[in-house]
Amino acid sequence: MSSRRSRQSTAGVSRISDDQIIELVSKLQQLLPEIRDRRSDKVSASKVLQETCNYIRSLHREVDDLSERLSQLLATIDADSAEAAIIRSLIM
Amino acid sequence: MDSQHLNPSSLKSRFTATFLRALIKINAQKPISSSSPREIFQRYRRIKVAADKSMAYSVRSRRTWSRATLWKLRSRSRSRLASSGRRSSVKTRTTTTTTTTTTATNHRAAIVEKTSHEKENKEDHVGLAVQAEELRELVPGGESMDLCNLLDETAHYIKCLTTQVQVMKKIANLYSLE
Repeated sequence: MSSRRSRQSTAGVSRISDDQIIELVSKLQQLLPEIRDRRSDKVSASKVLQETCNYIRSLHREVDDLSERLSQLLATIDADSAEAAIIRSLIM
Repeated sequence: MDSQHLNPSSLKSRFTATFLRALIKINAQKPISSSSPREIFQRYRRIKVAADKSMAYSVRSRRTWSRATLWKLRSRSRSRLASSGRRSSVKTRTTTTTTTTTTATNHRAAIVEKTSHEKENKEDHVGLAVQAEELRELVPGGESMDLCNLLDETAHYIKCLTTQVQVMKKIANLYSLE
């Protein structure tokens, strides 16, 4: 891999070393469930970024769905007693 | 799974406590006897904001993305207080932003296709910079970060999001058992 330290290809990518980027991308790779399970080293950086975007979007959707579920559940419970139970079960 | 070893000062427990407190406040605001669809929707909005805010608050200002989230939420509530009569204009602005994003994303997707096919092994930096644009829209405060910081913040943001989802899931399951 040739050294491209001084290349300024686009506005946001100037004077950043290859190694830094590679390290950060592989750190991201570890967090993605899809790629991590595939156990392959040959995932390109742009694929990692693409998967990252998809993963963040799916996490946002999950937060949305859970918020909706909670809004319906909230109507049916007595929050104070539930709170004690929740904290107990989360901490124990 | 690791809830057995909950450290009281860990991110997870800080988020849980903050979020639960917010939920109780939301529940107390309206004695919920009638759950009209509109009221449920409002509650859903409030819960979602509470969840994002609780997480950003638990992270404090240590991260660019959490600072951006808190700033965004605070300025939004401030503008809502100041202009309670102009709510319709705020809604319009949000819709416009979404439309712009979709168009931009489609356009960018076309560029990315071409870029990644031609230069996948060679010019990874160019492909990254283009791909990073999409990421910048998803991570709060991403517009003003350079690539290195963006990747770093993204990793932390993902960790926090998964914690948030994990705790919310647990709370929902416990509530539905009552």
